[in-house]
Amino acid sequence: MRGNPYLFAAYAAAWIIHIVYLSTIVSRYSRLKREIEELKKIRS
Amino acid sequence: MKKAFPILGALTAILLGYALYEALVAAPTEQTMGDVQRIFYYHVPSAWTAFTLFLINFVASILYLVRRNPAADIIALVSAEVGVVFCTVVLVTGPIWARPVWGIWWAPGDIRLTSTLVLWLIYVSYLILRRFSSSGQTPTLAAALAVLGALCVPFVYFSIWFFRTQHPQPVMGGGGSIDPRMLHVLLINWLAFLCFAFLVCWSRYRLEELQRDVDHAHAMQSLMDPRGSVR
Repeated sequence: MRGNPYLFAAYAAAWIIHIVYLSTIVSRYSRLKREIEELKKIRS
Repeated sequence: MKKAFPILGALTAILLGYALYEALVAAPTEQTMGDVQRIFYYHVPSAWTAFTLFLINFVASILYLVRRNPAADIIALVSAEVGVVFCTVVLVTGPIWARPVWGIWWAPGDIRLTSTLVLWLIYVSYLILRRFSSSGQTPTLAAALAVLGALCVPFVYFSIWFFRTQHPQPVMGGGGSIDPRMLHVLLINWLAFLCFAFLVCWSRYRLEELQRDVDHAHAMQSLMDPRGSVR
């Protein structure tokens, strides 16, 4: 396989899209964990 | 189930790596387009994975409409969200492939391209409805929208049979033909994407369950202490 900028761009774009989406899941999970900790503090 | 996730994650990572190697190195080079044709091994499996997820969304939405099952509602939401991500990959990799092959990024008015964009917009609308509507009827409205959206999937896939288009014929169930080695690489990539999508959906499902539990806890907290704002 020779270097092809379009091929590289397409594969990179696909993984960037997936990584950005996965990072939103991780950030939502972190936010939820903080909310759970706050709820535990309020209840205790 | 918690122990199975890292094992499945590792196996999926290995499969994705192998599929990438097959696509970039092992697959034969197409004679007309050259190496740029290898975009096919990400573009087409991403489309098939998106269609599979939209089908799951359709079935889950029907189940929710019939039985009002909250788990079906979560599956519908999660499959639509991950399906939109894969559909985005299709809409991004397609023009990158089209530019060197057709000489243009986008063929305005082309039925396959336009219908795929419309399909993506329908499911983005679905997600916006789910995200910003606070009505109790939101899951029902979203499920109805999902049923209508799913009707577009066969239209997108088979549109190139019925209309003149610049897009090639479908590899499966159409008039196109493919080298068996290329088909092998294509199917490996699809399997890898399906496994990856399953794991992402699983994570997202757990996250949504947790979100609903936290929302419920906030609501209970507000009832117990109506003066204080917990958020």
